[in-house]
Amino acid sequence: METRRVVLRFPKQLIDQPITSQLVKNFDLEFNIMRADITEESEGLLVLGLTGKRASLEKGLAWAREQGVHVQPLSKDVVRIERKCTHCGACINVCPTTALTIDLETREVGYNSNRCIACELCVPACPYGAMHIAF
Amino acid sequence: MPKTYAEINERIRTGKVVVVTAEEMIDIVEEEGVKKAAERVDVVTTGTFGPMCSTGAVLNIGHTTPRMKISKAWLNGVPAYGGLAAVDLYIGATEAREDDPLNTPHPGEFRYGGGHVIEGLIAGEDVRLTAQAYGTDCYPRKKLDTWINLKDLNQAYLCNPRNCYQNYGVAVNVNTERDIYTYMGVVKKDLGSASYCSAGQLSPLLNDPYYRTVGIGTRIFLAGTQGMVFWEGTQHCPTTPRGENGVPKGGAGTLAVVGDLKRMSDRFFRGVSFLGYGCSSAVGIGIPIPILDEDMARYTAVKDSEIFAPITDYSYNYGHNEGKPLGLVSYAELKTGSIKVKGRDIPTNPLSSYKKAQEIATLLKDWIASGNFTLQEPIQMLPQADSGLKFKSLRERPVNGGAM
Repeated sequence: METRRVVLRFPKQLIDQPITSQLVKNFDLEFNIMRADITEESEGLLVLGLTGKRASLEKGLAWAREQGVHVQPLSKDVVRIERKCTHCGACINVCPTTALTIDLETREVGYNSNRCIACELCVPACPYGAMHIAF
Repeated sequence: MPKTYAEINERIRTGKVVVVTAEEMIDIVEEEGVKKAAERVDVVTTGTFGPMCSTGAVLNIGHTTPRMKISKAWLNGVPAYGGLAAVDLYIGATEAREDDPLNTPHPGEFRYGGGHVIEGLIAGEDVRLTAQAYGTDCYPRKKLDTWINLKDLNQAYLCNPRNCYQNYGVAVNVNTERDIYTYMGVVKKDLGSASYCSAGQLSPLLNDPYYRTVGIGTRIFLAGTQGMVFWEGTQHCPTTPRGENGVPKGGAGTLAVVGDLKRMSDRFFRGVSFLGYGCSSAVGIGIPIPILDEDMARYTAVKDSEIFAPITDYSYNYGHNEGKPLGLVSYAELKTGSIKVKGRDIPTNPLSSYKKAQEIATLLKDWIASGNFTLQEPIQMLPQADSGLKFKSLRERPVNGGAM
């Protein structure tokens, strides 16, 4: 069993389709919703933690792609622009999952994308515009 | 045996100078004692990098053809002040772009302002200048829309009325209902976070608490180049209560600084956006402290555990200019990531980049050690702790019998 954190983007014509429930039913997957949103462009956005057998995960995600869903690993969507980060620490108190932390020895701000749930709170809270969402 | 500026500068010129950072000085004094450290070390370098409002730049764009006496001007849509002369402009760091929605809806993002314009100029980007004038016989032109670039300007200098605050408060939020959006960043409700903003033991004026060596004319590191102190900064308040080590227990001295924008680096000057508050800029400043005697060795060995800052409620007390601090906390405690307020553990977050402060102090050390930076003795001292100078709030006086 393994877990993958993925961002699913549903184009307008798929918003009313039961894609997620079919992923669960047909591919024997469990899911944990980390974020769900209808974007300004009327696209659906779903950030999921999907758990299942590796083969099931791959088959399920391949099927979702065939339906027209855009699938992307979560780690590719929230990025820190290193040249913009000054390692101040303004971001760390708004991060609910401790994906952003400050190293008490080096005083560097660390970013652990595995802990990130793409809540986006860090994006406007960073005074330097170093956190970027690439949805 | 006390040293003079001339003696230290001679050691810089001949490559014999002993220069260390304020962090290194702590260990040296601990290991060797104040007396030996004062004899051996000539200069201690300091550094700070964090948001600093009261920052701006003076730009002379050169005369247009036909000539123009600019009265209103915008740089990339950000209003600049044109009331200095015909083609001298002043762009302030906290000015928002004119079409910014500000805090409607709240909290606004303030994505672009004067600090970003200055950062763009330093980075070599073209900036769009639009301007208006009423027209005179000697300056007939009334409109201008053009691109400008830092390299083409006659003069361009950073001219900051208040930077390098000596110590500062710690912001907390006692309101149990909502997070607040301040120049200290997002401060979480119900004592959910505490923001602080100083490099502590590396910060320039905390290493010379009585301004014995930092005064008007002092040569400094300013945003990647050599700048200088040109006056006491606005809100300079040397009479803030101090600890036995001389370190003020809150905001005290400030510096007005100036330097050539054309020689600066965007590594050490950045435009910033504070959610729900506005635009500003972050400035890197480093100041060399000459070890003239044992007192200066002692002052420069100050460490985080000996520097205390007041904890202030920003949900009401700060904004309404009333109330007392909730206590004092040391920088050593702040840097552990958690402090105790009202018996509760509160996570802390810095706004000042200690990593950048270290970089600045080290860079300044290298400049001095390689003979590229000599010390300038102040030509006039700043108002001192015994000056009686205090920070005053505005005393409002009724106008027209009090009618608004």
